[in-house]
Amino acid sequence: MNAYNFAYLDEQTKRMIRRAILKGVAVPGYQVPFASREMPMPYGWGTGGVQVTAACLVPEDRLKVIDQGADDTTNAVSIRKFFQKTAQVAVTEKTGEATIIQTRHRIPEQAMTEDQILVYQVPIPEPLRFLEPSEVETRKMHALEDYGLMHVKLYEDIARHGEIATAYAYPVKVEGRYVMDPSPIPKFDNPKLESSALQLFGAGREQRIYAVPPYTRVVSLDFEDHPFDPSKAPHPCALCGAEDSYLDEVITDDAGSRMFVCSDTDYCASRREDAA
Amino acid sequence: MYVAVKGGERAIDNAHAWLAEERRGDLGVAEMSIAQIREQLALAVARVMAEGSLYDPDLAALAIKQARGDLIEAVFLIRAYRTTLPRFGASLPVETDKMACDRRISATFKDLPGGQILGPTFDYTHRLLDFALAAEGLAPAPAPQAAAAPDRLPHVTDFLAREDLIQPEADGSATPRDLTREPLDFPADRPLRLQALTRGDEGFVLSMAYSTQRGYGRNHPFVGELRIGRVDVEMDIPELGFAIELGEVVLTECETVNQFMGSKTEPPQFTRGYGLVFGQSERKAISMALVDRAMRWEELGEDNVGAPAQDQEFVLYHSDNVQATGFLEHIKLPHYVDFQSELELIRRLRAEAAASQTQEAAE
Repeated sequence: MNAYNFAYLDEQTKRMIRRAILKGVAVPGYQVPFASREMPMPYGWGTGGVQVTAACLVPEDRLKVIDQGADDTTNAVSIRKFFQKTAQVAVTEKTGEATIIQTRHRIPEQAMTEDQILVYQVPIPEPLRFLEPSEVETRKMHALEDYGLMHVKLYEDIARHGEIATAYAYPVKVEGRYVMDPSPIPKFDNPKLESSALQLFGAGREQRIYAVPPYTRVVSLDFEDHPFDPSKAPHPCALCGAEDSYLDEVITDDAGSRMFVCSDTDYCASRREDAA
Repeated sequence: MYVAVKGGERAIDNAHAWLAEERRGDLGVAEMSIAQIREQLALAVARVMAEGSLYDPDLAALAIKQARGDLIEAVFLIRAYRTTLPRFGASLPVETDKMACDRRISATFKDLPGGQILGPTFDYTHRLLDFALAAEGLAPAPAPQAAAAPDRLPHVTDFLAREDLIQPEADGSATPRDLTREPLDFPADRPLRLQALTRGDEGFVLSMAYSTQRGYGRNHPFVGELRIGRVDVEMDIPELGFAIELGEVVLTECETVNQFMGSKTEPPQFTRGYGLVFGQSERKAISMALVDRAMRWEELGEDNVGAPAQDQEFVLYHSDNVQATGFLEHIKLPHYVDFQSELELIRRLRAEAAASQTQEAAE
């Protein structure tokens, strides 16, 4: 693949993306517009995350890619192969060994460290989008810190359902300022957004990058009398017995029998190795 | 015992191998060449160049072949290639009045300097399947030749401008923003809107234009002029101190003349919509002109009647078919983590609802 630059993007494009990342780090939770490029995979497949990863990668990096918590889902395989081909970087499935982890829809169970970067693929970066379709309006609302609409929505949820009926992409407030969409992770993962690692969010189609620097305060929106509850299925993992991990429900026969297993495949496998 | 779904990598490789086989189809049927696609599917090639924003008929033909005729997929291939190309400069604006026209018609004047040139159009064909085409090897009889059109065909709107009947177009000397190198932001000025429309999905731009004709932001268009032909592309070379010709491109240009009774800020006059598209793409060029005109309501002091075609944010954010198809189709990717959290929420809400019903019944 000598026809392409290291990690596919040309250096000018990477520089442009790095500037957006630095601005995002300087203003945690703020959505920085960037001139997203057409990538050789479709929009919706993680083009934002791929561009952010490409801009961060150096030849010494060790990359892990997960989708739905798993290293072996087809799109995770495809993105990992892309960087093996275009950047020849080492790859790993071990959360602890990776220097950069690109993820879709999950945060790894194992706590991340200061030496790691977590890159999220983001479909709709705007937490207010489904309350206000116009980008001009939502940018104004962020600028004015006008989040009343969001609080009304959460309140109406409670009035109607007795609880906040958002199970994933649960909105958070970053460092007391910007309301941010944490990408479609289950709300179970929200507490892990306060991390020692640098977290970068890339939305390719929507041309936005944002960041949560290490040790930033990230608060899931709630009310005093209805505190945030990171719920999960009330089961242990059927394979490793973990009671603290997010679980996938797997239907095992025609009668609808089901079992619950860790969604984080590396977490599950290493627990089973340790037990053996 | 449950075994996690493994083998994504092998599945992908096998799927690609099968796809390659399907793309080729029956080996007993001769393979299509790039030249055949370029020459015989020229309008598909034009669409891929227009929406791919890259003028290269051979690459567009290759993309169509690789995409098995799926034109949006072909557009995507071209875009992904285009984005890797270095930019060494910008051409001078092309001069469409010097276009070597294959076709040039006006719907507003019966005759005009340079004349009406019908050109190779489907317009007056009867749409009857030509079964003779199914028999291969028959070359069409040569079409009669006419003397070449004059070197310079004046624009119809210039005649109206001379009488001050049509709204003048401001000279824009500033370098327009580049949609492919800067993030889109609003309000988007007209050069940016025109860039988005010319690479926008033909079906989307057509439907937006059609909606204005049916009353959602009606703008009373006439096709002042539609022309198709080759124009020279020139570039200033600083070392030489003059412009040299780099090549030529086929363009379709449409200028609409729109009825306008005046507004708070503007006198009664005709107004303009503009469409310019790579290749022979007149449906797209006319559509583009109508949508361009609809989005100009603010500068002309018209009312925003809330029509979709007047809403530049709506039009520009949804016109790109590579973005649209990607986001639409991504919902077939795994979403089991999100779905699981929804499952648990619905089960919990249903249990609570059932419990409160039982309690009400007991009371």
